[in-house]
Amino acid sequence: MIQTVTQADLPCDESLRIKKNRIAPENTDNLKRISIVTGTHGDELEGQYVCYLVQKRINEHPECLNGIIDIYPAINPIGIDSITRGIPAFDLDMNRMFPGDSEGYMLEHIANGIVTDLEGSDVCIDIHASNIFLTEIPQVRINTIFGKKLVPIAEKINIDLIWVHPSATVLESTLAHSMNAVGVPTLVVEMGVGMRITKSYCEQLTDGIFNLMSSLGMWSGEVPNVRKPLVVYDEDPISFLNAEKSGLFVAHTKHWTNVTEGQHIGDIIDPLSGKVLTTVTADCDGILFTIREYPIVDEGSLIGRILPGRELKI
Amino acid sequence: MREKIIYELKTLYRDDMRARAFEFGSGEESVCILGSLRGNEIQQTYVCSQLVKELNILEQKGAIVKDKKITVIPCANPRSINTEKRFWPIDNTDINRMFPGYDVGETTQRIAAGLFENIKSYKYGIQFTSFYMPGRFIPHIRMMSTGEEDVEQAKLFGMPYVVRRKVRPYDTTTLNYNWQLWETKAYSVYTTTTADIDEASAKQGIKSVLHFLKCIGVIDESVSTNAGYHSKLLWNTDMVNVRNTHSGIYRPVLQSGQQAEAGDLLARIIDPYTGEITEKIIAPCTGTIFFSHSNPLVYSSTAVVKIVPEN
Ligand SMILES: [Zn+2]
Repeated sequence: MIQTVTQADLPCDESLRIKKNRIAPENTDNLKRISIVTGTHGDELEGQYVCYLVQKRINEHPECLNGIIDIYPAINPIGIDSITRGIPAFDLDMNRMFPGDSEGYMLEHIANGIVTDLEGSDVCIDIHASNIFLTEIPQVRINTIFGKKLVPIAEKINIDLIWVHPSATVLESTLAHSMNAVGVPTLVVEMGVGMRITKSYCEQLTDGIFNLMSSLGMWSGEVPNVRKPLVVYDEDPISFLNAEKSGLFVAHTKHWTNVTEGQHIGDIIDPLSGKVLTTVTADCDGILFTIREYPIVDEGSLIGRILPGRELKI
Repeated sequence: MREKIIYELKTLYRDDMRARAFEFGSGEESVCILGSLRGNEIQQTYVCSQLVKELNILEQKGAIVKDKKITVIPCANPRSINTEKRFWPIDNTDINRMFPGYDVGETTQRIAAGLFENIKSYKYGIQFTSFYMPGRFIPHIRMMSTGEEDVEQAKLFGMPYVVRRKVRPYDTTTLNYNWQLWETKAYSVYTTTTADIDEASAKQGIKSVLHFLKCIGVIDESVSTNAGYHSKLLWNTDMVNVRNTHSGIYRPVLQSGQQAEAGDLLARIIDPYTGEITEKIIAPCTGTIFFSHSNPLVYSSTAVVKIVPEN
């Protein structure tokens, strides 16, 4: 059933509505509930396809569903509509205004309406798609303060990597932090790249969501085998490759591959002079788990991330 | 006056981005004055350009006190100014959320680090800055309450108000906060506007800074300055926020700087199709209008007016 979670009037003949679809058996007494949230950043679209795939599989076997699935595909609908990462007209990041305020201004009120509606979920999955600049392997990012509780849940959703990162005060205003703070276990998935759909990643995460549903007793249908993710903790080193020159980055290595120290990752070139401005090389042995997708770089732009000392078994 | 480039970033096709500083006097790093960090801070840039002009005249008259150096950076982000975009062109990040910066990090972290390295050891830091919501302010000094803030000294600017507020999580990455961590006395100066020029408050900003420089002994006491106000000290929570209910076209009646009596009409909200008044915004108390919304459009539940109540 499609419902409006919260809404506000825009100036000219339009309402901003946050919608969800509740998929559930007729009798919902004592059933567990998973909420799937996405579209917080208007330029991240991978989660859109996951919302569709989850419903497609349930619709194929509705008799196997023994729980409540709430799907919120567009937390920032005007951003999605206008290819804008933040909230158009405000130039604000929707993921920096939670838990919001029911008495606050329009966006705070909307943010608070979303948080209130998500309360009571047994698990919430907040799907992001990196940004338009970087391609990411399917991963869950967890604030270290919630690590103990969330890592075992994240291990169920068929991602390749769990990254437990240090807490930062600026991240206290994210949706995930706000939900975790009120006791709703919330996983932040980052996968793929902005403005695109990576079908294989979407299928992979969908498999994981069904595995989680099954482990919570919400799905009696078949469940595919899931992979065991690498777990990176706060104290583990991560190597960041930043552009040393402004220019056009052309990659020579795929992400989610093993690299060795000195390996050629790509070049930053100057199309005007036809010269290579600088060569980007791996600074250690490890797994290249992030790669630059958007070719234009400024000095300092992130080119890639390496997990030192780890190896993928192929 | 000496010109100095304190930070430079090479780009692919555009000119190198330069943060250009203007130095007056020499010796002790006394006062650093920063204009824009964001691309829509035109008023902030303008006020600093006028200060450069004034300080140049004062220096030629020998009115900068010996062993005191003043540095003015009218604009630390010309790349955003030239594209009329508030944040960094490529990734939309805010340099004023990147301090103290990281010199081998991402682009705007590097810019923040490069700037901060050059400006962190001044005794006083003055930043002309702007608010994220569009609107007009009464000129004022804004301070974060870190426990170390010197409100008595803030009154030396002679602005109508000195406003204090509690530190919020994201404040820890602003220039003002990091200046304070490095024991610089930091003041944020708000004049009336951001993306357009307001002459009257620009003049107030210039007068206030020159008066402050005289009071702290950086420019000669023979220079005639008069900022004009005995600053009223208040907390941002002392202000009464007046919110609208309806969205629509916003027509202000009273604006920042004006007095309002309880019950006065502050603004009207108009239906964009029928022209009917959908809402009258009424002053809930008597006082001075501190902030007034200035966009022609308004979204629902916006704090369109902030009033400093009488008493
Ligand atoms: Zn995102």
